[in-house]
Amino acid sequence: MSTQSTAAPADDTLLAVEGLSVDFETPRGTIHALRDIDLTVPKGKVLGIVGESGCGKSTLAYSLIGLLAENARVASGAIRMGDHDLARLAPSAWRDLRGTRIAMIFQDPMTALNPVTTIGQQMLDIQYRDRIGRNAKRARAIEFLEQVQIPDAASKLAAYPHQLSGGMRQRVCIAMALLTQPDLLIADEPTTALDATLEMQIVALLRDLQRKFGCSVVFVSHHLGTVAELCDDVAVMYAGEVVERGTARALFHDPQHPYTQALLDCDPARIKVATRTLPTIPGTLPDLRQPPAGCAFRARCPRSWGRCERDHPPLYPGAAGQRVRCHLSDPAEDAA
Amino acid sequence: MLFYTAQRLVLSVVIVMVAVSILTLMLHVVPGDPAVMILGPRATPELIERTREAMGLDRPLPVQILMFFANILRGDLGEDVFTGRAVSQIVFEQLPYTMILISVAILWSAACGIALGAYSALRRNTWLDTLSGVVSVGTISIPAFVMALYSVLIFAVWLGWLPAIGAGDGFLDGIVHLILPAFAIGVAWVGYIARIVRASMLEVMTQPHVRMARAFGLPDRRITRSHILKIAVLPAVTLIGTGVAHLFSAAVFVEVIFARPGIGALLVGAVNERNYPIVLGAVLITTCIIVLATLISDLVVALLDPRQREDI
Repeated sequence: MSTQSTAAPADDTLLAVEGLSVDFETPRGTIHALRDIDLTVPKGKVLGIVGESGCGKSTLAYSLIGLLAENARVASGAIRMGDHDLARLAPSAWRDLRGTRIAMIFQDPMTALNPVTTIGQQMLDIQYRDRIGRNAKRARAIEFLEQVQIPDAASKLAAYPHQLSGGMRQRVCIAMALLTQPDLLIADEPTTALDATLEMQIVALLRDLQRKFGCSVVFVSHHLGTVAELCDDVAVMYAGEVVERGTARALFHDPQHPYTQALLDCDPARIKVATRTLPTIPGTLPDLRQPPAGCAFRARCPRSWGRCERDHPPLYPGAAGQRVRCHLSDPAEDAA
Repeated sequence: MLFYTAQRLVLSVVIVMVAVSILTLMLHVVPGDPAVMILGPRATPELIERTREAMGLDRPLPVQILMFFANILRGDLGEDVFTGRAVSQIVFEQLPYTMILISVAILWSAACGIALGAYSALRRNTWLDTLSGVVSVGTISIPAFVMALYSVLIFAVWLGWLPAIGAGDGFLDGIVHLILPAFAIGVAWVGYIARIVRASMLEVMTQPHVRMARAFGLPDRRITRSHILKIAVLPAVTLIGTGVAHLFSAAVFVEVIFARPGIGALLVGAVNERNYPIVLGAVLITTCIIVLATLISDLVVALLDPRQREDI
């Protein structure tokens, strides 16, 4: 029973975010946390979302699975997945999608699992929809724990979360997410709480499993190295907006937006000359209760000029096929 | 776990011994010589002296306490000064009445308190949540004996629905006689437990594992039961364990007001008569039960929370 949706996304698109804006109501005013976000998540690809803390990347991730905080509200826009508009979904319809078509991995594996229930019981619980026997569910749980390379997987079913290390717990979370065989896996900074050696292990594991299961992944991170490692496409967010998006190759080799360039300059892995002080981007994020009229990055941008104060830049086509929210990329500026 | 339990039991014995020693000291501070009380005002000094000797009251205090413990080890709690009956027999006759009263009070207040607290947390800031908050704080601040007096006045005297006096004969009559006293000492605990469960549920609800359960589309009921409530009741279990001591002291008043048999009524009578063996025996058994209740609640918490079990 297909609906006559006029805005049906192209066939290779799993999910399309169209002009999404999210507000938070707080006692001290409305925070416009996401403003006019446009993104597509292609089928079977990994989309990375990067930006500094408070830029709205986690808010975006949570809006994709309908788990925004109680004081948050989708002000406008749509999130299209198949025939659904996730931005307007009823709670019961959300429940049907979560754990079937959409799954999520969280930031802190230490607190993401129920502390008073065994790993095995938690893995059985999430299969509550499947009409197979308890033993079959157990077998599936063991199978997926083996997929995430947990040694002696069968014995881990009886373990409680606190008996496992942080890395092991995040593997369990990944196993649980994949067990539901989602079309879309949202990973909200899944390696931030882990130390560096574990981080690369988990990223490599995610990459292998993504290729194996072919699901789409939205990977939120502030670590550029892991994003470069894992992602096909990247969106750079600043102050609740996407300021640049394109293929990972284009963004890392030919960044066009001054913020993307500054972000890459700050990545310790990319610093070639020995230095005593790590580079930073001077200034802070603008107040999102009153987003600036022109370009949001204007105040911190070394190359801003008069027009940046007046006009809010749209997404211009960039040199390497990306889209850039900066007047420097306006073809009309070149002509002038 | 086994080692922990053994450790706790040893500690419990020490606590009981300290408590009984302190009590013996306190009894000696209270004016009134037991020998004089027994023999009446016209007893001769020689007779009083002889009775004091027979009761062991002429020995130094530490010796008296040691003798008391030595007798306990032989299962002998002493004899009633007036009737000569074994104290252990008298205490264990009265104990069931108090135990039933306290157990019923705990059960109904825990059931209502947990339900009310969970409801308040899930529907916070609704008028029912506000009302339950006000009523909880109100009932907590009313002492059990005031509650007992007014419930007698309203339900027994004015309305005449329930009996006011005694423990009743037979099973059904016993239950009918339990309602008012159990209500009087339990009602404050509904408020306590509801407040604790509400606060602890609100805290657990913000924890990431609850959001993770939502992310897997688990039904709300299941999230509430096995992801929120299962953790949120733990502080309430601890509270109930320590609450047994308060319930015993509340039972003293309530048993006197309702003229119910029980440890509380026995204690009040024995203190008035300076019937030391019965006071000591009753307090010893009560202390044992209170210490045991704390131990049991700690073990229940450990059973429900694997993180605690690990430390044990």
